[in-house]
Amino acid sequence: MSGTQDATHFEDLPLDALPLDAWHRARGARMVGFAGYHMPIQYDGIMAEHSWTREHAGLFDVSHMGQLTFSGEGVDEALEHILPSDIKGLKPFRQRYSMLLDAEGGILDDLMVSRLGNEAFDGADIYMVVNGATKYDDIGWIIEHLPDAVVMNHMADQALLALQGPEAGDALAALIPETADLLFMQSGLFTWRGVQLWISRSGYTGEDGFEISIPADDVTLLADALCELPQVKPIGLGARDSLRLEAGLPLYGHDLSPAVSTIGADLGFAIQKRRREEGGFIGHARVMKELADGPGARRVGLKIEGRLPAREGATIHIGATQVGEVTSGGFAPSVGAPIAMGWVSLPHSAQGTALEIEVRGKRIAAVVAPMPFVPHRYRRKA
Amino acid sequence: MSRYFTEEHEWIDVEGEIATVGITDYAQEQLGDIVFVELPAEGTTFDKGDDAAVVESVKAASDVYAPISGEVVESNGALEDEPALVNSDAEEDGWFFKLRIADTSELEGLMNEAAYKKFVAAL
Repeated sequence: MSGTQDATHFEDLPLDALPLDAWHRARGARMVGFAGYHMPIQYDGIMAEHSWTREHAGLFDVSHMGQLTFSGEGVDEALEHILPSDIKGLKPFRQRYSMLLDAEGGILDDLMVSRLGNEAFDGADIYMVVNGATKYDDIGWIIEHLPDAVVMNHMADQALLALQGPEAGDALAALIPETADLLFMQSGLFTWRGVQLWISRSGYTGEDGFEISIPADDVTLLADALCELPQVKPIGLGARDSLRLEAGLPLYGHDLSPAVSTIGADLGFAIQKRRREEGGFIGHARVMKELADGPGARRVGLKIEGRLPAREGATIHIGATQVGEVTSGGFAPSVGAPIAMGWVSLPHSAQGTALEIEVRGKRIAAVVAPMPFVPHRYRRKA
Repeated sequence: MSRYFTEEHEWIDVEGEIATVGITDYAQEQLGDIVFVELPAEGTTFDKGDDAAVVESVKAASDVYAPISGEVVESNGALEDEPALVNSDAEEDGWFFKLRIADTSELEGLMNEAAYKKFVAAL
């Protein structure tokens, strides 16, 4: 047997260990190379971990991601130059989805940005979480476009955990009761056993849940305390991928890249009205052009007939014409069938359009489907 | 009946001129949850080493090679409805296909169970 497709690998580079490396191994994780680190792909099995997260609460180690802070005179103006989102209107303890765009409007990374309220991380103004595989490129890009008065700090000593699932709220409240008041995309500074935690109610599974930034020295203690709760089990990267695919959330480097644009990616919600009108950010011209004329292609969901999964790289056709390509795909445990995400040329991207996907020389039937595939269950206002 | 093993983690049961082929328990464990198995049609002929089947786990697609040359006489239809049979019973009910053996001398280089166990232990 041989793997014909596999998880993202950073071949030929030595892999680093994350703060929870030994913790994962002690819990029976199968480790793989991802984003330059040894990371757990699974513990009990992807299907079991996926279902556990949808029914209870899963703990994900996402310490490979880049955690950055920004402070200094003019920080909002500076960030509004490199991000297309409304930063000036971002209130303290609020988080927003955004991205880095290049001069042509191509997507360099997608990210979360929040205003700290000057309480956490040495009184910094803004906190940002970027993808692990792109963090060093992001840092280079950001520094290049940041004025001298604004200071960026890469917090390489911070670990990041995600606790996700319908029982995540109860689980975290068992350790830190005050977190019960957080709503989706709100964040705050909390103290647990004398350790300061920056916690946001957000995640990458479509479920209710939290992302918890904690000093690397303290993360093992917190991971142990969480997994001692009956609701919580550790979950690997494999289920993280199947959960986010069902939730319709794009994965950078696969569904998003410098070759594609915000509007085509259906991420226009990240660019608020004022930013569209006023511009003043890198990549603005492409956004405006595509808002006016439509993008060349769109990121869409694909429902697949039968049981054969269509994976990244499979081509999408109507008759003899190729109209797109699958960028993420696999078996969806909560759907009970294969699903995919792909890019399809605009005229063929409407919901309900019948398409064919070529897998190993065979054509399988697919239809453009609404996303998410599994409804989001975020905790919004009661 | 004799059972042989390959370094590609397949097992082969030989009974007369018919060889039943599957993947080993070690292989299914490595692959994880199996969600689809693409099997060869009856009458297909393979040379040793040809791509014969594809096994899809949640995460990845993997090729299964023909461990010896021959003609497919039967595929395991049960795997269409229940691909997870490969996880639960890889070395019996989770078999993939049966071949009419073209050249019995190809069996000679294969491992027996003890040799395969040693091979896996060294991985």
